[in-house]
Amino acid sequence: MKGYPALLIVMLFLIACGQSNKKLPILGEREPTTKEIDGKMVTDTIYQTIPPFSFINQDSVIINNKDFDNSIYVADFFFTSCPSICPIMSKNLLKVLNKYKGNKEVKILSHSIDTKYDTPWVLKKYATKLGVNGDQWQFVHGSQESIYGIADKYMVYAKENSSAPGGFEHQGWLILIDKDKRIRGAYDGTNDEQVSQLMDDMDILLKEYH
Amino acid sequence: MRNPLISILFVCAVILVLANACQGEEEIKKAQFFANGKSLYTSNCENCHSQNGEGLSDLYPPLTDTSFLRGHRNQLACFVKYGIGQQLTVDNRKFDTKMPANSNLTDQEIAYILTYIGNSFGNELGLISTEEVSTSLKNCEIVE
Ligand code: HEC
Repeated sequence: MKGYPALLIVMLFLIACGQSNKKLPILGEREPTTKEIDGKMVTDTIYQTIPPFSFINQDSVIINNKDFDNSIYVADFFFTSCPSICPIMSKNLLKVLNKYKGNKEVKILSHSIDTKYDTPWVLKKYATKLGVNGDQWQFVHGSQESIYGIADKYMVYAKENSSAPGGFEHQGWLILIDKDKRIRGAYDGTNDEQVSQLMDDMDILLKEYH
Repeated sequence: MRNPLISILFVCAVILVLANACQGEEEIKKAQFFANGKSLYTSNCENCHSQNGEGLSDLYPPLTDTSFLRGHRNQLACFVKYGIGQQLTVDNRKFDTKMPANSNLTDQEIAYILTYIGNSFGNELGLISTEEVSTSLKNCEIVE
């Protein structure tokens, strides 16, 4: 009987430690590189990162990768006239925005894959109706090559397809990117549980920088 | 000795069966339409109008404005079948996002869906029959 409280305390410690040490994986391709440091050969890993980009946002302002340098961010691909999964993704991203509202270290980046119709003006209207203002959540417009090209880098499938609902075929992933532009998680933006997981993981990721 | 619980259950079952028989044919039809409509709603409408009919911000209107639905009862089928491109005032707010058409839905399926939304989210429009939907669809004015 006497041993139980001690055991309990040990277990509590284990649980607590397990949590504070939890780190998110780094996803994507990786390459080992060897370089010389102080006369010794050291092997390091280069992780897949999001390459530099430049798009026009809902306020017709050019934004690029540097605007995201000091924040973690959630990226997704959508279009404003999307009849299928996007409304739910937007609704869930609204939850994320509300949780981190005003936090300069957290941003959201939504890329429109309907590069013809979704001009900055259309994106602005969409954002306003959704109840989003300010610059924490960026809705961006770009050329077809640049948008579809970057979707690949986020490992999200997107393609124009006239037989898909709304004319585009795409996946509802919400991709979590760290301050070094590495991919730290991918979550189904239409699934409530995965969206809560995303927010838990964002807390864990933010702790890496504090 | 018979278990009293079983006798109570039996009596309840008898009452239920009798009550059902007393229900008008329309009530039974309404319950059927409602049940079929629920799953059609989930696959065709819920993404925008949400599970509990509350819509999303000023983007997608709620389906909880009973007086709007009542007042537009004979246009609801047209809305669903052909989509909506006009400005609407719902829940005292203005909406002008386009609602896409559902040209693949049959009159019967539309009747199922309308009976579902017409009797959920605080609405009480009663049965919206297939015949009613077919009549409404003959008189659609499509505003682009
Ligand atoms: C892509 C999103 C989307 C989908 C899917 C959708 N709607 Fe709508 N719905 C809208 C929008 C946007 C409006 C407002 C249109 C306007 O103001 O011109 C609307 C308006 C309505 C209205 C009238 C206004 C109100 O809120 O009462 C009804 C009724 C309605 N929709 C029912 C349905 C039904 C039934 C389905 C499924 C068959 C459906 N909608 C699917 C977006 C959608």
